[in-house]
Amino acid sequence: MNWLGFFEMKGYAWYIWGSYGVTLLIIMVEILLVVHKRKVVLQQLRLIRDAEIKE
Amino acid sequence: MAINWFKYAAPSSFYGLAGKLVPWFAWPAAILFCVGIYIGFFVAPTDAVQSEAYRIIFIHVPASILSMFIYLIMAGYAALGLIFNTRLSSMMATSLAPTGALFAFISLWTGALWGKPMWGAWWVWDARLTSELILLFLYLGFISLQASIEDPRRADRAGALLAIVGSVNVPIIYFSVKWWNTLHQGSTVKLSGTSMHISMQQAMFTMFAALWLYAIAISLLRVRSIILERERNSQWVTEIVEMKQ
Repeated sequence: MNWLGFFEMKGYAWYIWGSYGVTLLIIMVEILLVVHKRKVVLQQLRLIRDAEIKE
Repeated sequence: MAINWFKYAAPSSFYGLAGKLVPWFAWPAAILFCVGIYIGFFVAPTDAVQSEAYRIIFIHVPASILSMFIYLIMAGYAALGLIFNTRLSSMMATSLAPTGALFAFISLWTGALWGKPMWGAWWVWDARLTSELILLFLYLGFISLQASIEDPRRADRAGALLAIVGSVNVPIIYFSVKWWNTLHQGSTVKLSGTSMHISMQQAMFTMFAALWLYAIAISLLRVRSIILERERNSQWVTEIVEMKQ
């Protein structure tokens, strides 16, 4: 298979890889943000709990 | 066997259930995404009219359908929360909004990248495109309205009203290609059948399933954080496994 020809997409490379690339990027950023958010929330909950124990 | 269906309406029990469900949706989503890409690029033939450019359809159509579908589910959850005062339904609505907004953006973005080589324009003020843009603004409006109200229960109610009123826009998007003379083409896949090549259909439906499962997985993951934030003063939150360190 001719990979260079495949990536050129008969001249539509920018349009096609621009569509798929941005979609993948959005999905990956969303996953990272949601996972990060969960870590932050759990961390906050632990801080609140530890503060209450000290009191 | 009697199953208590209302058990999982309580945020405390749904939190655990959602955690168990996430991998069951996330992994099939990832696998189907790869299968869809494979069929879409290596099995589906080149289009006679649009050459390779048509391959954008495998992202564009599933993302567009889901952006409308997620909106209706979101509005439905928001309405349930408004009518029955169920906290969890409102939290699900809040959790679905960002994913719906991203799908609406993907729909517009891939549409622009498809429109340029086919129509010669990134954007036209056509009924289909304009109503989809309004859908994106409705999502963003819902998110920012909820974010601007401090009391979560009031934010739920205000957001619910916006979501319910805005749902009028979804049938407008769907039927826009029939009601108006649009540059955007009509539906390729209808209940009566489709003229698409079988492998093109397979690629599109596989990608549709992948994105649908992804939307479920990411919303369940997001709602878990929302539940913890809102229920932080409840006893059960201090007793979950994640807090044992």
